[in-house]
Amino acid sequence: MPKKVVSIVVFPGSNCDRDLDIAVQKYMNVNTELVWHDDPNIKNQEMIFIPGGFSFGDYLRSGALATKSPAMKEVIRLSKKGVPIIGICNGFQILTECKLLDGALIDNCKRLFICKENFVKIENKNTPFTKNIHKNVVQFPIAHAQGRFYTSEDNLKRLEDNNQIVFKYSSRDGKINKSENPNGSMNNIAGIINKNKNILGLMPHPERAVNFSEDNDGISFFRGLQNLL
Amino acid sequence: MIKINKRIVSEHGISEDEFKLIKEILQREPNLLELGIFSVMWSEHCSYKSTKKWLKTLPTSGEKVICGPGENAGIIDIGDNEAIVFKMESHNHPSFIEPYQGAATGVGGIMRDVFTMGARPIANLNSLRFGSPKHPKTKQLLSGVIKGIGDYGNCVGIPTVGGECDFHESYNNNILVNAMCIGLVKKNKIFYSIAKGSGNPIIYVGAKTGRDGIHGATMASAEFDDHSEDSRPQVQVGDPFMEKLLLESCQELMKEDAIIAIQDMGAAGLTSSSFEMASKGSCGVKLFLDKVPCREDKMTPYEMMLSETQERMLMVIKPSKIKSTLRVFKKWGLEAAEIGVITKTGNMEIFFNNSLVGNLPIKPLADSSPEYDRPSEKPFIKFKKENHKNFSIKSALIKIISSPNHSSKKWIYHQYDRSVMCDTYFSSEQSDSAVIRVHNSSKAIAVTCDCNPIYCNSDPKLGAEIGVAESWRNLIASGAEPIAITDNLNFGNPEKKEIMYQIKEAIKGIKTACEALNYPVVSGNVSLYNETKNKSIFPTPVIGGVGVIKNISRSKGLRMNEGDKIFIVGNSHGHLELSEFNRICNKNYGSPPPLDLKEEIKNGTFVRNFMKKHNSIVTGCHDISEGGIILALAELAIRNEKGLNIKIPSNVKNSKNWLFGEDQSRYLLIVNNEDIIKKVAKKENIKLQEIATVGGDKFCIIKKFEISVKKLIKYNNIWFENFIET
Repeated sequence: MPKKVVSIVVFPGSNCDRDLDIAVQKYMNVNTELVWHDDPNIKNQEMIFIPGGFSFGDYLRSGALATKSPAMKEVIRLSKKGVPIIGICNGFQILTECKLLDGALIDNCKRLFICKENFVKIENKNTPFTKNIHKNVVQFPIAHAQGRFYTSEDNLKRLEDNNQIVFKYSSRDGKINKSENPNGSMNNIAGIINKNKNILGLMPHPERAVNFSEDNDGISFFRGLQNLL
Repeated sequence: MIKINKRIVSEHGISEDEFKLIKEILQREPNLLELGIFSVMWSEHCSYKSTKKWLKTLPTSGEKVICGPGENAGIIDIGDNEAIVFKMESHNHPSFIEPYQGAATGVGGIMRDVFTMGARPIANLNSLRFGSPKHPKTKQLLSGVIKGIGDYGNCVGIPTVGGECDFHESYNNNILVNAMCIGLVKKNKIFYSIAKGSGNPIIYVGAKTGRDGIHGATMASAEFDDHSEDSRPQVQVGDPFMEKLLLESCQELMKEDAIIAIQDMGAAGLTSSSFEMASKGSCGVKLFLDKVPCREDKMTPYEMMLSETQERMLMVIKPSKIKSTLRVFKKWGLEAAEIGVITKTGNMEIFFNNSLVGNLPIKPLADSSPEYDRPSEKPFIKFKKENHKNFSIKSALIKIISSPNHSSKKWIYHQYDRSVMCDTYFSSEQSDSAVIRVHNSSKAIAVTCDCNPIYCNSDPKLGAEIGVAESWRNLIASGAEPIAITDNLNFGNPEKKEIMYQIKEAIKGIKTACEALNYPVVSGNVSLYNETKNKSIFPTPVIGGVGVIKNISRSKGLRMNEGDKIFIVGNSHGHLELSEFNRICNKNYGSPPPLDLKEEIKNGTFVRNFMKKHNSIVTGCHDISEGGIILALAELAIRNEKGLNIKIPSNVKNSKNWLFGEDQSRYLLIVNNEDIIKKVAKKENIKLQEIATVGGDKFCIIKKFEISVKKLIKYNNIWFENFIET
């Protein structure tokens, strides 16, 4: 049987597309198609990834300009049909700018870019994206200047009530407190899903946690996505 | 037309003799445009006129050297049809005037030098020197420079994996920002800047030309005074997004067989790129300046030729590939224009509004740039009389690990994306050199930046030798075979005899060490006139070393495990002059430690072979440098959050000297089997001393003192946190 094909949307300024492409092919056992931002057609609709980077230089607000791309218009249309969509880092920022996900990602609390290894607790294992990850806490690097999740108190309550909060920054043993919050995110939020559970956005980079050791947690993240295909 | 007079000539930084030479070459007076072109081409920055004579003496070739100095960057062979392209370059003056943009454009410039040659950049490093933390400008300069470096590299998506950052009052009014980039290229896909083929079109691509940075190269060739900050318009503005588009479009175009020659427009912009390409290819050029994409209205030919707008490239393209070339640039949303053509005349003919506005012979202009043998004289170094202080071993250690230069640089490196591209095995806080995997292979590249200006100020030759040896040692400690270096020579005003002495001696030192270690110089940069109000910086010849690791599993970094034993390889004599220890005691005089290059090779070869043959026995390796044995051990404890039981050998007479001495050519080897290393060292006649056992949660020197590792970490973190937050 030929391998299935998933799509990765690439914008001018995306810079995690290669890393994501490699991780997806290797650990999801699929082929990929890189969709250039000005392409209004997305042929392969099994799953769509929006990679990290600085789309259009992030010169307006992170992710804001990318929402106007023809490919994103198609992503928005397909999202309504239930196509699984994952946005990582800049991809998460783009998904919130498109209003496919709630909230906004604003300047880190110290207003500095931050790159470090971070532990992330899986808050909701009952999602198609996380149900096959065995661990409760995973280690993914973060690398962003605008990753502080922010939303209204009402929205936050709704996200919590609907179990839409999927990842939270935590300690190695899963404790969630201020000292483990690298960027000032509300309630340590690192990743959320939409109400229909087909769209995931997260700031940490699982595609950077697949190298040099078979124990790295990015591997189980991508392997776990195979069941969605 | 403006008449050229003495004042205009001197404003262009051209001496009377140089002006005479210009008239001889042209057989007439130059016009303003031509004078401007001469001034940048003959500036110190572009022509190396004060150092050329000495730089020529450096060893630049070797078995693994594919391309030495003279091109955009140096290239070494790493086997399997792969090569590494690398160079270091300074952006000192702009970074002092406008730290954020100055540093950012420094990073952008060095990356373009690397990807111009066909390579994809795989890592950035930087060597930074700031003034005293007490100086009122230091904090703002530090914040701006770090953010500038981070934002640029992070956006382009190239990991910033290492470097150094030191503070010293000699940089109070003249900071140093040296940026290094390494790139990976297929050996048969290297691109050069040699223009060829009469009739071939010249394509301009990238950012539109503006009035920014006009005379940046000339600024980099002058001393600072109180009004230097007025030269802010000479600092260019960086656009990393544009750089990313240029990088990707060039990579795409390079896959097609379209490019004959390519050169980035760096210092002296369109002038130096067009002259250099034509000069290397011994051809002529016609430029039609009306076609240059301009950002601002009514730009003159003078401004267009001298603008240093960033993120621009010039290339000579095969005529049959014009269409596909323009298509690639259009895909990436880049402005490209055909602005000229290669000719046979050997002249640079510049047209504007259908008239010839400048006509210069290319070869004579490039080849007869002045070369000076400036007079030099050994300076007399006066030492300030200061009250000496005394410290116990424990309080000295705490003082050093919580000092600006040795405290944790977390605040800096957290701002750099170190993990993008997924090939960073160790960034430089985890290992003596950063280790980058060669994509899709088990090979890796080790890379490090080193310089000790304190040593260089006292003895520039020995100081520079030690810089080279330390970089060699850092590569060895990371499991690499050292291959070659790039150097960034930062000095004061070469027209002063004592500065010229420092320059000549430092180059001699680099030559001596590089020859002995078979470690050639393949690229480099010289930054002179690093002075403000007549006060020079300490001589700072920064060495960027590159090595290859055949199998990445051989690279161990600074790791250690419970129960491991730590051995010192090499002789410890207890040299304290100019050491960190003496400096905290206010003893700022004396000579650097002696360096025996034969011993360096002997010890280095032993460590390298031992790590290779007994890979499973070695847990980690760390070189011993500033701060001596005790600081090297403390760094291991802090890094691993593990305790050490340290036993000073019984024959040591003065434990302070022994622990803090900065004798050269030494390593700490961390092993899980003491018998084998003892046996091998004995057989090879290597001095080996057991110093510590890994275990517990205390840093303990038996019969001296102990301190919890937690506390050590706290002391190590405290300085930066306080400095930045207050």
